[in-house]
Amino acid sequence: MNALFLILIALVTLGAAATAMALRNLIHSVLLLIGSWIGVSVFYLFAGAEFVAFAQVLVYVGAVSMVVLFAVLLTRRSRLDISVTPDSLSRAISAVLAAGAVLGVLLYGIVFTPLPGAAPKGPSATVKQLGVELMGDHAAALLIIGLILTVATLGAVVIASNDPKAEDRQ
Amino acid sequence: MLGSGLLQGLGVTAKNLVGSFHDPKRLTTVEYPEQKTKLPEAYRNFPFLVSESAEDPMGTLRCVACQICEKECPPQCIFIEKSKDKKPDATGKMQIYPAVFLIDSSVCMNCQICVEVCPFDAIKMDHEYEIATTERFNALLLDREALAKPNSYFHEIRPEEAAEVDGRLAAERKAAEEKAKAAALAKASAAAKPAAPPSAVPPKAEPPKPSASA
Amino acid sequence: MTAPINPADSLLERAPQALRDLVTSHFPQPWRWFANGLLADVAILAVFGLLFAALTLAERKILGRVQNRPGPNRTGPFGLLQPIADGIKMLSKEDIVPRDADHLLHFLAPVTLLASAIMAFAVIPYGRNLVPVDLDAGVLYFFCVGATTELAVFMAGWSSHNKYSLLAAMRALAQLISYELPLLLSWVPVVMISGTLSTTGIVAAQSGWRWGWMPTWHVFTPWGLAGFIIFMVSALAESNRSPFDLPEAESELIAGHLTEYSGCKYVFFFMAEYFGMTALSGMAVTLFLGGWHAPLPALEFIPSYAWFGIKLISLLMGFIWIRATFPRLRMDQLTRFAWKFLVPLALINLATAAFWSLSFGWSGPMLAARCGVALVLVIVPFVLLGRRLTAGLAPRSYAYAT
Repeated sequence: MNALFLILIALVTLGAAATAMALRNLIHSVLLLIGSWIGVSVFYLFAGAEFVAFAQVLVYVGAVSMVVLFAVLLTRRSRLDISVTPDSLSRAISAVLAAGAVLGVLLYGIVFTPLPGAAPKGPSATVKQLGVELMGDHAAALLIIGLILTVATLGAVVIASNDPKAEDRQ
Repeated sequence: MLGSGLLQGLGVTAKNLVGSFHDPKRLTTVEYPEQKTKLPEAYRNFPFLVSESAEDPMGTLRCVACQICEKECPPQCIFIEKSKDKKPDATGKMQIYPAVFLIDSSVCMNCQICVEVCPFDAIKMDHEYEIATTERFNALLLDREALAKPNSYFHEIRPEEAAEVDGRLAAERKAAEEKAKAAALAKASAAAKPAAPPSAVPPKAEPPKPSASA
Repeated sequence: MTAPINPADSLLERAPQALRDLVTSHFPQPWRWFANGLLADVAILAVFGLLFAALTLAERKILGRVQNRPGPNRTGPFGLLQPIADGIKMLSKEDIVPRDADHLLHFLAPVTLLASAIMAFAVIPYGRNLVPVDLDAGVLYFFCVGATTELAVFMAGWSSHNKYSLLAAMRALAQLISYELPLLLSWVPVVMISGTLSTTGIVAAQSGWRWGWMPTWHVFTPWGLAGFIIFMVSALAESNRSPFDLPEAESELIAGHLTEYSGCKYVFFFMAEYFGMTALSGMAVTLFLGGWHAPLPALEFIPSYAWFGIKLISLLMGFIWIRATFPRLRMDQLTRFAWKFLVPLALINLATAAFWSLSFGWSGPMLAARCGVALVLVIVPFVLLGRRLTAGLAPRSYAYAT
């Protein structure tokens, strides 16, 4: 029963992602991508990580999806502008290389991460435990992520703000 | 401070909400089908025919079928057929009367010109505004039975104008009676003195009557 | 909704659970949990469906009275059957889909919106032992379900294949995203103080009495009051209610992203708006107003769900009162209010709550100092930011034409 459920979640998630890549209509692709994210969050829920699952929906479906949608709507000129064939052979090769590198890193991470053989089937981690873990053992990672996001936010503010003095000088 | 204006506004609406329950002066809504506002006297909507009595409206119509309104009506919504016989009108004079009087209410534009031109005060503007019907053709073509309304109704909707019309008609009736009396007197004296000149009562006492009624 | 009956409770207090057990005891034991869940769903849909109908009527009646007119009074006695007449009218309307519309998304948008609005009811504790699903991260679940609203609005605007719909959807998204942040920040202090994300845990943290009579609700603390006000203002904006009803703006836009919707689908949007408003009010009751707890120890004989209902309906009446009072904001005023006023206040409120949490052990004269510092932390930023926000705008002087 559980295995069947897991396979179903995986099929929906991966199917949505694959269809998103194949579709010509970018908006449909984005919406399918969001469906794939929801699938991932359902998987977290299935694995008993309530907090992570809800945070996934809140952040990805609520916020990131909007960024992607706005980006698509603001950049796309017409449906015909999107080329289906690569511009040149070198570009295609570099794209394949970059994608392959990412895949390799991910696969390496997945295959060689030591996992505890049989996870204890205890009660799921409470929010307090999560907080203690984040602020204790993983404080450095949290700080780095915070720094990166702050830099990104500052960059966005700098790009978006119009400096009246700079405009005068031009 | 920010928000004090918002609180003031909330206070105003709360006062209105509570006030509308205990202060009848605040609720000015007239709930139309049950309640109706009193229309101003000069309000006009669609003409009606004035009859003297409520019991016999067809016998006492003031209309003498002179057809002036029919000719003057800009959208030509009036149709009149004269009667063959005569009967006494409001002033006691023998007159013909409308055998058929039709107004097409789908054509009438409530301009009041028929009322302005009528020399007999026989057609007046009504206060009726619920004139919707469920049928498009015959129900909108009003005949004289549907158009006739008694003088008492006229008094009800336009007391000032009705009183003035009644006064004028009474004066005319009185003048006509005096003239008839004088004529009878003159006839009697003429019979007594065949050489005497004709009656001294000038015909001007009678108001100018249009040729159609003659 | 699987908590066992506590025999110490009063008869009325136990009534919903006893009723539940009466119905579900006919099911075999392995399916009992499923029957319980189904029953909770039916109860939520019935109660909040009726509340939705009553709310539409109450709104029109109250708006009428505020504007010194009687409101709807034609259908049934005092117009009480008006919601039924509205429902029949809306459902019997033709469902028009534009020829060039994206049919699937056009259909999915209202369904997604309504589904997410109904799902939000799952974690609210309606009374003692009356919570449909007691999740460990219940508050987070509530707001993550609410986040799909934005997606549905975008789908509605884009799939209509109408430039007005798309532009209005973008405006609506800008508003929803702007107010999502203060909404989320306003309840973080509650989680900080209660130490839990579970809705039942947060209600439990507000039980008990200070000095024997004063309820320990979060709204009676300085940070709680500020958080409650920020929460309610953001909830107004998130549920597209006046004075933040720009996305629809009945009187000037052609219904915004709902331009191409009619009949049943429009009803879905309409229902989702009211369900969202009700759910957010229910969450505000849970987070700040002590959930189902009675306001005075002497009033505890009234069952807990009645207290929850009273608080919920008071908040909804507040929504209607606000709608009857305030004019609509302009788009730039709307976003400025969110980013330059609510978000900074919510962030400062986090610091206030942190101070409150650190000064937990203070007593005696230090208790007064604790309250004083917290009040200063709440009021001073409010006054300063408010002065900046309204600089050059208030007080206004009017020159009448002579």
